[in-house]
Amino acid sequence: MALLEIKDLHASVADKPILKGINLTIKPGEVHALMGPNGSGKSTLSNVLAGNEAYVKTRGQVLFNGVDIDDLAAHERACAGMFLAFQYPVEIAGISNMYFLKAAVNAVRKYQGRDQLDAMDFLDLIEEKKKVVTIRDDLLERAVNSGFSGGEKKRNEIFQMAMLEPKLGILDETDSGLDIDALRVVADGVNALRNEERGFLVITHYQRLLDYIVPDHVHVLVDGQIVKSGGKELALELEDEGYTSWDSE
Amino acid sequence: MKIEDEKSFDELGDKEYKYGFVTDIESDSLPPGLNEDIVRAISKRKDEPEWLTDWRVKAYHHWTTLEEPTWAKVEFPPIDYQALSYYSAPKQKIDAPKSLDEIDPELLETYKKLGIPLHEQEVFAGVVAVDAVFDSVSVATTFKGKLEEMGIIFGSFSDAVKEHPELVKKYLGSVVPYKDNYYATLNSAVFSDGSFCYVPPGVRCPMELSTYFRINAANTGQFERTLLIADEGAYVSYLEGCTAPQRDENQLHAAVVELVAHKDAQIKYSTVQNWYPGDKDGKGGIYNFVTKRGHCRGDNSKISWTQVETGSAITWKYPSCILKGDNSVGEFYSVAVTNNMQQADTGTKMIHIGKNTSSTIISKGISAGKAQNSYRGMVKVVETAENARNFSQCDSMLIGDQCGAHTFPYIDVSNPTAQVEHEATTTKIGEDQIFYCNQRGLDTEEAVTMIVNGFCKEVFRELPMEFAVEAQKLLGISLEGSVG
Ligand SMILES: Nc1ncnc2c1ncn2[C@@H]1O[C@H](COP(=O)(O)OP(=O)(O)OP(=O)(O)O)[C@@H](O)[C@H]1O
Ligand SMILES: [Mg+2]
Repeated sequence: MALLEIKDLHASVADKPILKGINLTIKPGEVHALMGPNGSGKSTLSNVLAGNEAYVKTRGQVLFNGVDIDDLAAHERACAGMFLAFQYPVEIAGISNMYFLKAAVNAVRKYQGRDQLDAMDFLDLIEEKKKVVTIRDDLLERAVNSGFSGGEKKRNEIFQMAMLEPKLGILDETDSGLDIDALRVVADGVNALRNEERGFLVITHYQRLLDYIVPDHVHVLVDGQIVKSGGKELALELEDEGYTSWDSE
Repeated sequence: MKIEDEKSFDELGDKEYKYGFVTDIESDSLPPGLNEDIVRAISKRKDEPEWLTDWRVKAYHHWTTLEEPTWAKVEFPPIDYQALSYYSAPKQKIDAPKSLDEIDPELLETYKKLGIPLHEQEVFAGVVAVDAVFDSVSVATTFKGKLEEMGIIFGSFSDAVKEHPELVKKYLGSVVPYKDNYYATLNSAVFSDGSFCYVPPGVRCPMELSTYFRINAANTGQFERTLLIADEGAYVSYLEGCTAPQRDENQLHAAVVELVAHKDAQIKYSTVQNWYPGDKDGKGGIYNFVTKRGHCRGDNSKISWTQVETGSAITWKYPSCILKGDNSVGEFYSVAVTNNMQQADTGTKMIHIGKNTSSTIISKGISAGKAQNSYRGMVKVVETAENARNFSQCDSMLIGDQCGAHTFPYIDVSNPTAQVEHEATTTKIGEDQIFYCNQRGLDTEEAVTMIVNGFCKEVFRELPMEFAVEAQKLLGISLEGSVG
């Protein structure tokens, strides 16, 4: 069974149609890269998938693990294993990153019928995941994303992903704003999480990231439609030629 | 607002109002209505000394000359003071529910969420009287014995009047004089009972007072009177109220709390107020009109107020500090939550009189539904207060777009060496924040609770640990259904 199956998906934001018939299937273990010009609808797609209510699905069907996502609220999709690393992670004042993560991990475990982690087990999990995605302790102790630099926020997203061990990771421009070392850390983290079951949708503007996270498939989104799909070499072509060939349409 | 000292007691000497005593006091409750006979009857029932009866009567006569204040940003239909009953025995009422089956299921659901044991639920819901379920008498006595060894007096106000009349006489009305304001004056005339605490010089009270009295607090009645005194170098932390929503037929609550801190003494006073807020349309619900004031009487004394207000239909409350002693410190930490049709007008007054006095005000107002939440704070620095310092921070959070938050700071500085800082912010709880939490597996209610708790953190960390945990849960429950 496919992990994610998107069929003829149309969606609007503020009554404006953005997605205009998307078809995409991600199987367990696959990494798909999604590229496309600014404003083409990449973040819209990730928001629709994750259940942001500001984005309205107007047509089509999306199955996640065979379940129609219309039947799942945003938090249920997360608990069922969908993770979105935000293009613009949100700050929450007064709540430590650790506290937030513990609440998140336990919410997901509860949904999945697993035991709640107590403080000790949770700290053990943190230590284990710090080996996958290194992160400074002070970032874990500070309020969620508050005053984090752009790069620190992105790193934090990937750390959260490691902690939550999702089935599908959607990375919305996680590489933007990362210095070369941070890019490595993030890419290594994602690669460490790659396995037979887990799938990824990696949204990026740059071939550079795909040198580290090598995709199985690359798709080009222009004006709310996937205009071309191919293997990893498609990203290289785009790097050379840009999106100009689709401009006239 | 007048600042009176022990002076107000001098006036007790003249007994200009002397009326005969008529009302028959055989029944368990007095008839509705308020007049001098009723006031005397209340005092007689409580077997009070003459000076206290006279004080009540004077308060009553003064009250008849006052008008209800109208400056607060709250609206409610006029209260018919003659229709209220001013005394009923603190025992179980005849028309009380017979079992939990008769209680509003929503209320029971809330008890469950707060993790309140069944026998305590019965007390809060008014099904049974305190002594019937809980061995509070023996708990209270062992506890009291321990305190007595240290010379700490702690018990009901009525007991204190009988056992320590000289202390009550010395301090009652010395912080909130009977002439203070409409509701305080009414309270002075008809107060039912409350707590009294005296901590002798140099003694540090080893426990949070009233933790053991969580249940008893449910029965304190509508005109509560509390008096806390920390003598030289003493320390006491007092917890008032409880997190369980309390059912009460009395709509009007007008309590008075007086705190006195002598030289080098410290009082920490924490409140969680969760009276019935009324239904979604604003029907029912308690009107909570409270006067709370602390007097830092001696040098280097300190008084902190921490409050979490989630209940009541209307809250009118301004815990204040009079910083008379040199180097004295006043603090006010407040979270006020209003949802649905609730209205809160709350804040503080910091009155700097002594040299090098300092005060801190941290106020967090949260409004949801159609609620209105106002912060009203006064910082007054009189001429004598050299080098006074104040820092005020008032943050408001709005949930939804039908509610309101208002800030009314009054700053009155008569000494040029004073430093007064005021910061205010208003934020809307963001859909993007909620979605972010949702995307990490938290449902919307958990998300709102988390975001709001983060917003209130600076106040919660001032609360004693176990109280803080309950207060956080309570906040979530109060805001249930406010988003999505
Ligand atoms: N909340 C919103 N309100 C109005 N318009 C929106 C909103 N969100 C997105 N849009 C519009 O939808 C279109 C697609 O935006 P989207 O964020 O999906 O693009 P993107 O492909 O992620 O672009 P980028 O590469 O710049 O991140 C844009 O024209 C954008 O202005
Ligand atoms: Mg985008």
